[in-house]
Amino acid sequence: MDTHDHPNCDDARHTLYEFLDGEVTPDVKLQIKDHLEECAPCFEKFDFEAELKQVIGKKCQESLPAGLTEKILAALRNDGGTQVTS
Amino acid sequence: MSALYGAALRMTRNSADAEDLVQEAYLRAYRGYGNFQEGTNLKAWLFRILTNTFINTYRAKQRRPESVDLDEGEDFFLFNRVGGLEAATANRTTEDTVLERITDDEVKAALESLPENFRIPVLLADVEGFSYKEIADIMDVPIGTVMSRLHRGRRALQKALYEFGLERGLVEEAHR
Repeated sequence: MDTHDHPNCDDARHTLYEFLDGEVTPDVKLQIKDHLEECAPCFEKFDFEAELKQVIGKKCQESLPAGLTEKILAALRNDGGTQVTS
Repeated sequence: MSALYGAALRMTRNSADAEDLVQEAYLRAYRGYGNFQEGTNLKAWLFRILTNTFINTYRAKQRRPESVDLDEGEDFFLFNRVGGLEAATANRTTEDTVLERITDDEVKAALESLPENFRIPVLLADVEGFSYKEIADIMDVPIGTVMSRLHRGRRALQKALYEFGLERGLVEEAHR
């Protein structure tokens, strides 16, 4: 599918997840951003992966079942005297 | 607390065990609060207790042989099947729509289909937003291990999502 052969593409794609996870140094971040500005195929890939990461985070949210907070507070209260580290 | 419960649900894969797991983690946190160091990340500390409790207690209780096989695709597995053609026309509506049309339940099921060594880092990074260092501390593994499990876990997650998409005809629609 990829017909272009930009020397920086491999480097950029290699650090894709670290970039999206905010785990690269400011220098590397800037290099990748520069590359993405001039390389549409890489931009599309990064954009897709970023969107997917967001979708996963957004669609995996849960709300607390009714009564769980009360149940846990009661358990903590009952446990009040015990100071055992398990 | 809803973040802890959500994580517990992804770990145990059922709500009764998830409730018990969160309660047990809170009890352990309460009892061990003396070990909490001021200035460290409280959320990461709670997740570390939750993860340890899961591994030591509930996983043993569930007695489900934990599969170590990972059904991985290649890098950009999903993009290559869903994003490629549409992207070339500078019209990203189709791929965005496919991603948006995956249901919450499908994303949750896809995540839960991963073996826990891969599921937990993906959950901690993509759902909870923890850093690699925090995930390494929570899971008690080196950062390099976190990175490789995340990478492989995400590839497997993409493959699982793609299979859900196929089943529902979402992907075909996008491709033809």
